[in-house]
Amino acid sequence: MLGRTLREVSAALKQGQITPTELCQKCLSLIKKTKFLNAYITVSEEIALKQAEESEKRYKKGHSLGDLDGIPIAVKDNFSTSGIETTCASNMLKGYVPPYNATVVQKLLDQGAVLMGKTNLDEFAMGSGSTDGVFGPVKNPWSYSKQYREKTKHKARGENEDSNWLITGGSSGGSAAAVATFTCFAALGSDTGGSTRNPAAHCGVVGFKPSYGLVSRHGLIPLVNSMDVPGILTRCVDDAAIVLGMLAGHDPKDSTTVQDPVKPFTLPSLTDVSKLCIGIPKEYLTPELSSEVQSLWSKAANLFESEGAKVIEVSLPHTSYSIVCYHVLCTSEVASNMARFDGLEYGHRCDIDVSTEAMYAATRREGFNDVVRGRILSGNFFLLKENYENYFIKAQKVRRLIANDFVNVFNSGVDVLLTPTTLSEAVPYQEFIKEDNRTRSAQDDIFTQAVNMAGLPAVSVPVALSNQGLPVGLQFIGRAFHDQQLLTVAKWFEKQVQFPVTQLQELMDDCSSVFEIEKLASVSLKQ
Amino acid sequence: MAAPMLRGCCLARRGALACVDGGSRHGRGAAIGCRSSGKRGQSSVAQQPLITAQKSGKGEHKWAAVVGLEIHAQISSNSKLFSGSQVQFAAPPNSLVSFFDASLPGTLPAGYQITQQRLPIAVNGSLEYSVCVGKKRSQVITRTARIKQIQLEQDSGKSLHDELRSQTLIDLNRAGVGLLEVVLEPDMSCGEEAATAVRELQLILQALGTSQANMAEGQLRVDANISVHHPGEPLGVRTEVKNLNSARFLARAIDSEIERQINELENGREILNETRSFDCKLGCTIPMRDKEGKQDYRFMPEPNLPPLLLYDTASLPPGADPQQVINIDRIREQLPELPSETREQLVQQYGMLPEHSFTILNEVGLLEFFQNVIKETRAEPKKVTSWILNNFLGFLKQQNLAVNESPVTPSALAELLNLLDRKAISSSAAKQVFEELWRSKGKTPSQIVSEKQLELMQDGEALDQVCLAVMEEHPQVVLAMKRGNPRAINKLIGLVRKATLSRADPTVIKEILEKKLSS
Repeated sequence: MLGRTLREVSAALKQGQITPTELCQKCLSLIKKTKFLNAYITVSEEIALKQAEESEKRYKKGHSLGDLDGIPIAVKDNFSTSGIETTCASNMLKGYVPPYNATVVQKLLDQGAVLMGKTNLDEFAMGSGSTDGVFGPVKNPWSYSKQYREKTKHKARGENEDSNWLITGGSSGGSAAAVATFTCFAALGSDTGGSTRNPAAHCGVVGFKPSYGLVSRHGLIPLVNSMDVPGILTRCVDDAAIVLGMLAGHDPKDSTTVQDPVKPFTLPSLTDVSKLCIGIPKEYLTPELSSEVQSLWSKAANLFESEGAKVIEVSLPHTSYSIVCYHVLCTSEVASNMARFDGLEYGHRCDIDVSTEAMYAATRREGFNDVVRGRILSGNFFLLKENYENYFIKAQKVRRLIANDFVNVFNSGVDVLLTPTTLSEAVPYQEFIKEDNRTRSAQDDIFTQAVNMAGLPAVSVPVALSNQGLPVGLQFIGRAFHDQQLLTVAKWFEKQVQFPVTQLQELMDDCSSVFEIEKLASVSLKQ
Repeated sequence: MAAPMLRGCCLARRGALACVDGGSRHGRGAAIGCRSSGKRGQSSVAQQPLITAQKSGKGEHKWAAVVGLEIHAQISSNSKLFSGSQVQFAAPPNSLVSFFDASLPGTLPAGYQITQQRLPIAVNGSLEYSVCVGKKRSQVITRTARIKQIQLEQDSGKSLHDELRSQTLIDLNRAGVGLLEVVLEPDMSCGEEAATAVRELQLILQALGTSQANMAEGQLRVDANISVHHPGEPLGVRTEVKNLNSARFLARAIDSEIERQINELENGREILNETRSFDCKLGCTIPMRDKEGKQDYRFMPEPNLPPLLLYDTASLPPGADPQQVINIDRIREQLPELPSETREQLVQQYGMLPEHSFTILNEVGLLEFFQNVIKETRAEPKKVTSWILNNFLGFLKQQNLAVNESPVTPSALAELLNLLDRKAISSSAAKQVFEELWRSKGKTPSQIVSEKQLELMQDGEALDQVCLAVMEEHPQVVLAMKRGNPRAINKLIGLVRKATLSRADPTVIKEILEKKLSS
């Protein structure tokens, strides 16, 4: 049951094959069994059971609230949740219990969703590995999958096998791992430079970043206000569309949300792609791209072409400036956004009380990790009067050029762009931490952050397993506010590639019954 | 650069609670960008500040002072700029604080101070104000101060430092309240000019309903940039005197800082570019402790707020909902009467002297008082003006009362002036009644007149008898008069008035006496 998609389990709930409480308990038990993955910071067991109970009452009365009623979900720990600790994986907010729900959280709860808990991340979502939070790194469930283990066992691995576990990617690694291990049917992530799509690719799930302005950010603790969007992680594209339908729309508490009314929608099943034009941006073919990912990328392009779509090479000429530009804008906003954490109103406060200024300084020293402090420092440097013009203003101009690159491509008739999501499959933690957070972010956000600067919708869809048995995702990028069109194309693609389900039996022998799913036929794109 | 225009994060400023690591809580510039085609406030030619010659020790140098102002007016509104919290003076600390005002994580756009500093809602305006000069201050001169810009911004919280216990108490009631900042170019030259300009702005804001602009309640706060130099030479180093929040001390604070700077320079010392505050007990400015070094507020655009667009009739997008767009031309048509027009009206309609129209407007509540008296009395407007400016205002000042604290109501004064107008009482009796009104609240002028028997003798026969009797009692005076002493008749008038207990009209007495002497 847990291996099903949201749509399937929703149908099962409606048909009475399972009750919300049973479903919730199964998920809770799985959360306990997979605790070592560190996907959750807080498991809101009591609240979840209570919500499930209420949902059950509704089902009994025949008053189900809809597709999400009774569905276990998880929320990244940088969304404000009323009565549930919200930490951003930082000492600064340890123990902080918000008095209000983020708009997206409230909307899910209003639909009857059952909140299992708050998922792990890089501190304040600053990172691409989910390795830099105060609660420790998230482990990629695929490290323990049959597929990966079989492929790697012949290799002479290090003495301690457990030290070879893989990162999930980030910063929404907890949410991606939670969805990948079947502990929930959908999870909220956030996406500022790729934080939803990157871990989705590494964990073999769908990671959707909506158009900027389509989904409210109220209650999402900001990283970069002009780029942040709530992200959606699910096990299939249809599920992402269901959740998007519930979340999208204007919110008076977020002035950047669009006023146009948004209705829930069902994605059509495309049978004919001959009218589609798929753009392949040539600048995304970088030397750092692994040959395996590159090969899957071109196979995917060929797939579209063979099915009658028009596939053309396009150019996004300012791509190479994008990551530097992103860095300047991101850190500048971080410097400003983090100013609120002064130890006065909420969160951590140090013991030093010689003066208010000393209190501020020590509180922030103790509250933030090196990554956050580093970004605050850089941002303040870029915003100095003498630097503002040369860095911040210039970066804003470059951002406009990057956004225009996309506009030009879409105006030339391209419907959707197809790119890799990541350079390669997930790497082992020991490998990952050889480079610092900044270097890693610069490498890992390379295909994803430009989309945030342009405010476009994008989705990472798992395509196949690598030679090592690890998931690889590809990214589709759509026109602004053409999220449905984008997801429709992604859904067609998803159906063609038949990505395999994680086989975690060896990992959790005693709960193998949970994964009673038929082994899907292997992948059409398999190398 | 423009330190005076920047707001933001320092505790010293208005006690923003925002100062983190020496100022990392940012203000954000250009939050509500503006765009307007069409005319804005006309730019005006600034008058060069008059040279105020200050007697120096050596008596040789003349100094000119240059004063610019930054005025923060609290926007008159029931709620804060971006939150629904109430705005209320003297509410219990931290009782008007929403999640947003406390900048809880995830509330947008909160956690820093927001200002239009880089894209102000209005630029290049001017403020006309008038100063009275001359020996009797009867000459009214109009001056113009250029307005660099007007911008919206958020007020910050308030912090109180307890130096002894090294504690800081924070009150966020004020955090997020909408402010209007008016930046006046350094076109003023002394405390009085600055105070007059501020007063004029205050009257304009009140007339518009933009701000209640009550200084005592912190709704109008003034910072002054001050420097001195020799005329013809470059401007001197300036200081910023902060928090001039009392109308009484505004002019004094500025003049004392001018004096201090001149004194420093004449004694061969330098003026530091620093922030100072006025100590009203010491009567001079003192440096502010925690405003050392240059502040860099590190403003950046606020992406959470869409731009605020201003249109005029020509630029209005077709089909725009009038409720959703701002049309400057429409607002201009709806402007209420501004103080300068009100003064002009007083001069035209009531024949008031210009300097009197200034006094009537400058005193809080006096215009309304004047208009209410005028409504209810048949007395000449000039008479009303004279009574209000001399007697009424004199009494108020003497007792240090505001107009709305006056025990004499407009109706009472109107009634008194009516009695005077129809010659029911003499003007000296009227003054007596007025004093009595001041003392015994609740009595009407007519009651006082009848109680004290102050009404004029209307009986011509009786007065005739009194005059005759007085003449008979003082034959020497009568003789002196007959010999041509012009002052003698006044003596007789005085004696008759005394005999009638001041209840007779001196002009009538005079007529009777003259008639009797010539017969």
